[in-house]
Amino acid sequence: MSSPIHDPISSPLPDAATETKTTTCYMCACRCGIKVHLRDGEVRYIEGNPDHPLNKGVICAKGGSGIMKQYSPARLTKPLRRKAGTERGENQFEEISWDETFDILEKRLSHLRATDPKKFALFTGRDQMQALTGMFARQFGTPNYAAHGGFCSVNMAAGMIYTIGGSFWEFGGPDLERAKVFYMIGTAEDHHSNPLKSAIGDFKRNGGRFVAINPVRSGYAAIADEWIPIKPGTDGALILAIIREIIALGLYDRDFLARYTNSGQLVNQDESSKEFGMMMRNPEGDKINPLRPHNFYWWDRHTNQAVDDHAKHADPALFGSFIMPDGTPVKPAFQLLKERLADCTPDWAASITGIDAATIKRIAHEMGITARDQKIELPIPWTDWWGEEHETVTGNPVAFHAMRGLAAHSNGFQTIRSLAILMSLLGTIDRPGGFRHKAPYPRAIPPNARPPKGPEAVQPNTPLNGAPLGWPESPDDLFVDAEGKPVRLDKAFSWEHPLSAHGLMHNAITNAWRGDPYPIDTLLLFMANMAWNSSMNTSEVRKMLVDKNPDGGYKIPFIVVCDAFQSETTAFADLILPDTTYLERHDCMSMLDRPISEFDGPVDAVRIPVVAPKGDCKPFQEVLVELGGRLKLPAFTNAEGGRKFKNYPDFVVNYETAPGSGIGFLTGWRGKDGDKAMRGEPNPKQWEMYEKNGCFFQYHLPPSSQYMRNWNKEYMEWAQQAGMRRDNDPVIIHIYSEILQGFRLAAEGKRAGKQPPDELRERVATYFDPLPFWYAPLEDLESDLQHYPLNALTQRPMAMYHSWDSQNAWLRQIHTYNHLYVNTQTAADAGIADGGWMWVESQWGKVRCLCRYSEAVEPGTVWTWNAIGKSSGAWNLKGDANESKQGFLLNHLISEELGANADGKRFSNSDPITGQAAWYDVRVRIYPATAGEAEESSPQFETLNPVPGMASRNMGWQAWFAGSKKKGGAR
Amino acid sequence: MRPAFSVLLLTTLIGAAQGLFIALFLCELLAPNAITPNFLIGGSVIVLLLSGLGLLASFFHLGHPERAWRSMMMWRTSWLSREVIALPAFMAAAFAYGVAHWMALGHTLLIGVVGVVLSITLFICTGMIYAAVKVLKEWAHPLTLVNFSLLGSASGMTLAAAYASFVAPTLTAPLAQAAFVLTALSLLTRGAALVRNAQLSPASTLQTAIGIRHPHIVQKAQGAMGGSYNTREFFHGKSVGFVRVIIPAFLVLSFALPLLLVLTLPLLAFILQYAGLLAERWYFFAEAKHPQNLYYQGNS
Amino acid sequence: MTQLALVIDLNVCVGCHACVTNCKQWNTSGAAGALTDCNPYEAEPNGTFFNRVQTFEVGQYPKTETVHFPKSCLHCEDPACVPVCPTGASYKRKSDGIVLVDYDKCIGCKYCSWACPYGVREFDEQRKVMTKCTLCVDRIYDMSLPEDRRKPSCVLACPPGARLFGDVHDPESEVSVAIRERGGYTLMPEANTKPANHYLPRRKTTVTVRDEELYRSDNPHKIDGAPFDRNLPPTNEELN
Repeated sequence: MSSPIHDPISSPLPDAATETKTTTCYMCACRCGIKVHLRDGEVRYIEGNPDHPLNKGVICAKGGSGIMKQYSPARLTKPLRRKAGTERGENQFEEISWDETFDILEKRLSHLRATDPKKFALFTGRDQMQALTGMFARQFGTPNYAAHGGFCSVNMAAGMIYTIGGSFWEFGGPDLERAKVFYMIGTAEDHHSNPLKSAIGDFKRNGGRFVAINPVRSGYAAIADEWIPIKPGTDGALILAIIREIIALGLYDRDFLARYTNSGQLVNQDESSKEFGMMMRNPEGDKINPLRPHNFYWWDRHTNQAVDDHAKHADPALFGSFIMPDGTPVKPAFQLLKERLADCTPDWAASITGIDAATIKRIAHEMGITARDQKIELPIPWTDWWGEEHETVTGNPVAFHAMRGLAAHSNGFQTIRSLAILMSLLGTIDRPGGFRHKAPYPRAIPPNARPPKGPEAVQPNTPLNGAPLGWPESPDDLFVDAEGKPVRLDKAFSWEHPLSAHGLMHNAITNAWRGDPYPIDTLLLFMANMAWNSSMNTSEVRKMLVDKNPDGGYKIPFIVVCDAFQSETTAFADLILPDTTYLERHDCMSMLDRPISEFDGPVDAVRIPVVAPKGDCKPFQEVLVELGGRLKLPAFTNAEGGRKFKNYPDFVVNYETAPGSGIGFLTGWRGKDGDKAMRGEPNPKQWEMYEKNGCFFQYHLPPSSQYMRNWNKEYMEWAQQAGMRRDNDPVIIHIYSEILQGFRLAAEGKRAGKQPPDELRERVATYFDPLPFWYAPLEDLESDLQHYPLNALTQRPMAMYHSWDSQNAWLRQIHTYNHLYVNTQTAADAGIADGGWMWVESQWGKVRCLCRYSEAVEPGTVWTWNAIGKSSGAWNLKGDANESKQGFLLNHLISEELGANADGKRFSNSDPITGQAAWYDVRVRIYPATAGEAEESSPQFETLNPVPGMASRNMGWQAWFAGSKKKGGAR
Repeated sequence: MRPAFSVLLLTTLIGAAQGLFIALFLCELLAPNAITPNFLIGGSVIVLLLSGLGLLASFFHLGHPERAWRSMMMWRTSWLSREVIALPAFMAAAFAYGVAHWMALGHTLLIGVVGVVLSITLFICTGMIYAAVKVLKEWAHPLTLVNFSLLGSASGMTLAAAYASFVAPTLTAPLAQAAFVLTALSLLTRGAALVRNAQLSPASTLQTAIGIRHPHIVQKAQGAMGGSYNTREFFHGKSVGFVRVIIPAFLVLSFALPLLLVLTLPLLAFILQYAGLLAERWYFFAEAKHPQNLYYQGNS
Repeated sequence: MTQLALVIDLNVCVGCHACVTNCKQWNTSGAAGALTDCNPYEAEPNGTFFNRVQTFEVGQYPKTETVHFPKSCLHCEDPACVPVCPTGASYKRKSDGIVLVDYDKCIGCKYCSWACPYGVREFDEQRKVMTKCTLCVDRIYDMSLPEDRRKPSCVLACPPGARLFGDVHDPESEVSVAIRERGGYTLMPEANTKPANHYLPRRKTTVTVRDEELYRSDNPHKIDGAPFDRNLPPTNEELN
C-alpha cells in the first residue's frame, strides 16, 4: 500500500493563530462551562470544560452547534426602526444609530416614568440575568416585569418551594449517585440537562432502576427500565394513590415525618373559629423567628398532652383527634392528610390515570420497601436545628424528577405539592439518595421576597419598594387594589392567580391589547418569541400586536424587541435592539438569580466575551446600564446625579444589594484583594479572577453542612452569614399548608385583611386547599370531551431544548420539520395514514400537519416536537424551508384564556393558584386531510423578508472551516 | 441502488464495443475471404468510438476525474482498478488491430487474439465490479459475470450484423444468426438472474442491522430529515409503477424485438437492443437492494 | 495489534445528538474538513456528517421500547470498503486499525460506499470525495492535549457516557471488558466484515417485592395505629 498523501493528523492550517478561552454556554438554560477554541479569530471548536463542576467536560448537541449560532445569517447587527409610513408587522425597517435609539428610548421612557411607570412593561424570555432585568424594572418603578417562568414551569418552583423550601429546576435535584430507584414523571429533560443525562447514565450503569411515568416514551424515558404510560394531567391522582398505599402499609419514614415536617403539628379543627384549619400556636412558646413564628404544638404520645413542638423527649402523635386544654378540637396534620386520602385508592386512581391498580400498588411498594430497607448511612456527624446531635446522616435511596410534564397543567401546583409530600413521606428530602437542595436553597416557605402590596407602590419617578416578583405568604401580600383588582398588567399576585411567583407573561399581550386591567404604552420584549412559539393562541396574538384603537393608534402603542436574531417577533417591533450572542458578552449566573450550584455548595459562573460583537450589536445588559444612567434610576446613578457605572462589567463588580452589604451579583473572589467568598467588598479584579478559574466559582460546604439543610444548624447559620437567607430558622416541610389555608379562610370571609372580589371567592376557596388533591384540568370542564377526546402535548427535542435554533444550519438538519405523533391504532381508527396530512383541531383553532404513527404514545394522546415549525422567512430561512411548509406549531390550538364565564369574564388558561400556563390541558380531535387539499401545514403566514444589517444567507452550500476564507455557496 | 446514467452508458457502450471486436476477430478468423481490411478498419474505429464514449461517460461518474489515473493503483485487490487497466488496454489492442490492418503490418490475428483476451478480461472485470459487492445479493453471483459478457457480446454481434449490412452484406446473415443465438442465450441467462433475484431473501434484516430481536421494529428517525448521501445513492427514487414497466420494456427491447428483427433489419435491431440494454442496466441497479437502506426507512 | 473502536451503550443513550454535532464541529475545521452543508438555510437542508443518531420503536404499545441508535463507521477488521477502492484512498491503518479515506487520492467513484453494508460513508457534495468517521485521528494522538482529552469528539461530548473508546484487541481495555461483560455485539454479523465497533444492549433492572417484605416488626402502625380502619398486619389479599 502506498503511503497516504493526505496527512490525517496534521493541522490543516498549521500557520494559523490559535487560542482557547473559557466561558459559559448559553445554547440553553443548562449553562455548561465551555472552552472555545479560536483559529485566526474564528470559532473552531467548542468543547465542554473538563474542570467545570456542572458538565465536567461533556457538552450537548446545542453546545456543539454554537458555531452555527454565532455565524447565523439571522443575526441582527444594527438598531432598526420601523420605517415611517409602514404598518407594524410589515417587517419594513431602517437602520438607525445607537445614539438615536437611546434618544428614542430615553424620551419615551423618562416620560412614562415621570407620569405612570406601569405603562412600561418589560417581559423577558430565556433570560438568564433576571437579577439585572428585575432590578431595572424595580428601579424604573414598573411592576410589569416578568420572565418566562410563568409559561414554563412555575408550578414546579412554587409547588415544591411552598412545601419543602426548594425545588427541582436549578434549585435542587435527584441524588442519582446514591439512589437505587428513580422515578421521572412527565417530560423533564429541560433544566440542568447535561448533568442529569450524565447522572442517569451513571445511575443505570450502577444498576439503578429507572421508571418513567409519561404519556409518551421519548426523551430520557427511552432508557427507562419501565415505562408506565399515563393520561396527561392525571399525575396528581396517581401520586395521591401511591401516598395512600404507603400510608396504608406503614411504609412512611415516621421518624423523618415527626421531626422534620409539620405532620405532628396540631391543626385547629373548630369550624366556628376564624383560625379553623390554621396551626395551633402556643403564645408562650418559642417563636424562634417573630416574622415567621414557630410556636407550634405537638400532641405528645408519651404523655398524651399537647406540648411545644420539638420539646425534649416528646414524640408527636401523627394520627388521632384531640382536645386542647382550652377545649379546641385539634388534629395532627398527618391525620388530616390521611383523611383526605381515604378515598384515593389505587382503583380510584386507575380509573383516572389509565394505569391499572396493581401497577400503582407495585410502584408504591417498591418505593416504600426501597426507602425502608436500603437505608444509606453516611458517617457524617451533624447537629439539627433543635440542638440534637446526630452521629450520621441517613438517607432513603428513592429519587424523583419532574418538570414541565407536571407543571404545565392547571392542576399542576397541587400535583407537584403531592409529589413533594410523597418525597417527604419517603424521607428523602435533602438526604443522600433522595432529593438534594442547591444553594441558595433551601429557603423559607415561602422565600422572603414579597411582591408590592398595592397601587400605592407604583409612583412616578420612584423605584418600587421591593422586587416586582415575590412569594406571597398571606392574602395581605397580594398586589391588588382596594377592590381586590390586580395592579399588574399580567394580573399576577391578584386573586385570580395569587401565588404567581414568576408572573404571567403569556397574558401580558392579551391584557395590554384589551386594556384589562389597563392599557400600557411601551412593551419591551427581550429574547422572547411572543409572536410565535412563546405565545399561546399565536394566530390571535399576532393580530393583537397590530390591532388599532378607533383613533388609529396601535392598542399597544410602542413595541421594542431586543434579540440577537431576526424572528417572527422582531417583525412586530417598532424598534429592534440587536443583542449579542453568548460568545460576545459578559454575563453572570448569579446567586441572586439562578446560579449553577451543586449539591455540595454554591457555584456561580460568568461569561466573558471570546469574540468581538458582530456589527453594531450590543449586549442587552449594556443597554440597560446605559438606560439606567440616562433615566437616572437611583441604583445606576451616583450621588452627583451622574452615571454610576461605566458598563455592565463595572456594574457587576461594584453593585451591592445594599450599601456595604458585601453581597453582589457574584460570590467568588470578593473583598478588595479577592480573598473572600460569598460576601465581601467589591473587588476590582473580580472578572480577571473568574476568568483565571475557568469562569466559575465553586464553594464546597463541609460535609456536616451538605445534608438535611432545612434543619441543619451549622448550615443555616452559615447561609445566613453568607447572605443566602435573611433568617436562620428551620424550614419545616409543609405536609399541610397553612399558607394555602390562609387564602381559603380569606375567600370564605373568615379572615381579616384583603378579601377576594365576591365572584372569585369560590374559586380561591376551592383550589387553595391546604391538603393536596386532584382535580380535572380546567379546560376539561369546558370542553366537549366526546367531541375532543384526545390530549395534545408538545415537547422540545433534546437537540433544541431552550434554544432558538431553527436558524442553526446543523441542528435544523436533525429536526427540519415536525409530525404529529399519534398512537398507531388511534390514527388508523381515524382513517389517517402514516406520513399523511391530517387536521388536529381544538375548540380554539385547527392545524394541518403530517401524521406519524407511534407505538410510544398512549392512545389518548397526540404530541409533537415544539417550535420546529416556523413562520415562512423567519430566522432568515428561505421562504419555502421545510420548517414553514411542513413544520407546524401546536400553539394555534392552545388558548391563553379559558372560555368566557356567565359574566363574560375570561380567566387565564392557567393554574388558578400560580398562573402557570396550562399548555398541556388542550383537548383535540383528529381527522384526515381530504384529497386535493394543499400539501402544506396550516396556518401559513406571509413570508418575512430579511431586514437591513442581516448577512445574506449562503445559498446552495456552506462549509465551515475556521480560519479559512472560502466557506459558502452562491449568494 | 440508484442507477447513475454515466455508468449505464459506460457498461453498455463498452459491452457493445467488446462484442463488436470479438465479432470482427471471428470474421477475420473464420471468413478471411469474405472480408476486406476496410471492413475491419472501420469496425475497429467503431469499437474505439464506442469504448471511447464509454470511457468519457465514466469520467462523469467521478468526483475528481483529474485523478482518474490513480484508479489503476489497486489492481491487486480492486476489480474496478482492474477494469480501469483493462479498458484502455482493450482500446489499445483495438487500435493496434485497426492500424495493423490499415498499414498492413501483419500479425493481425495475433493482435486480434490479444484483443479478444482483453475483451473477455474486460467483461470479467466489469462483471466482477458488481459480482464482488458481497452485500448486494442480486449482484454477487456468477450470473452477473455471464450476463455482462453475453449481453455485451450479443449487442456487439447485433451491431456487427448491422455494420456488415452496409459494408459487407455477405457477412450480414451469419453475423445476424450469431447475434440471434447470443441474444437468445443472454435472454436465458438474464431471465435466470431475474428469476433468481425475485426469489432472494435478504441476508440482513432490521433485526440484524441494529442487533435487536423483535418482530416489530419501525424506524422513526434516520437522523437527518433533509436527506443525506445515504438516502440518495442507494435507492432509485422511482415509483413502483415505473419499475413495473421497466422489466417488460427491457425484455422486449433487449431480447424480443432484436430476435424478431436481427435477421432482417439488423440496424433497427441494434438500436432497439441498445436502448433496451440501457433499461436493463437501469433495472440491474434498481433491483439491487442495499442493506444500508435498512437504516434509512423513516423520518419524523 | 491495536484495533481502536467505539463501544456504544444503548442502555444509556438518550438520543440527544450530542455526538452528532460535536463530531461535525470538530471535523469540519479539522484534518478531515470541511464538512459541507447543502441548502443550509433552504428547503431540504442536508450535509456531511460522520455520525448520526437514529430512532427506532421496538414492540407494540404499551410494550414499546424507544431505541436511540448512534451510527458511524464501524472500523471493520475486514472492511468491505477498502479492497474495492481502485486508488488506495480507502485504507485501514495497520498501526491502530482505523479505516480512513485519503481525500487527496479519492476520485469520488463511490464504490466503497456500495461495498459497505452499513451506510456510514457520506459523499461530500462540495469536495466530491468520500468521507467518513476518522475516530478523530487528528485528536487522539495530539500530545498537546491532556491525555484524558485524547479521545474522539463524540466520546468527549456524550453526556450519559454512552460512548466508550479504546483498543478492542487489548483484553483488559475498558471497551473489551464492556463487550465481554455486558453483552457487546456487532451489527450485521452476516456481512462478515467483523466490525470493530460494538454495541451494548439494553438491560432491565427490576425490584421484586415479596409480600412478606411489606410488613416489618418496626412498622410505624405499631405506634400510630392502623390507618383506613385496617387491622394489623394486613392480609395477603389486602396487599394485592
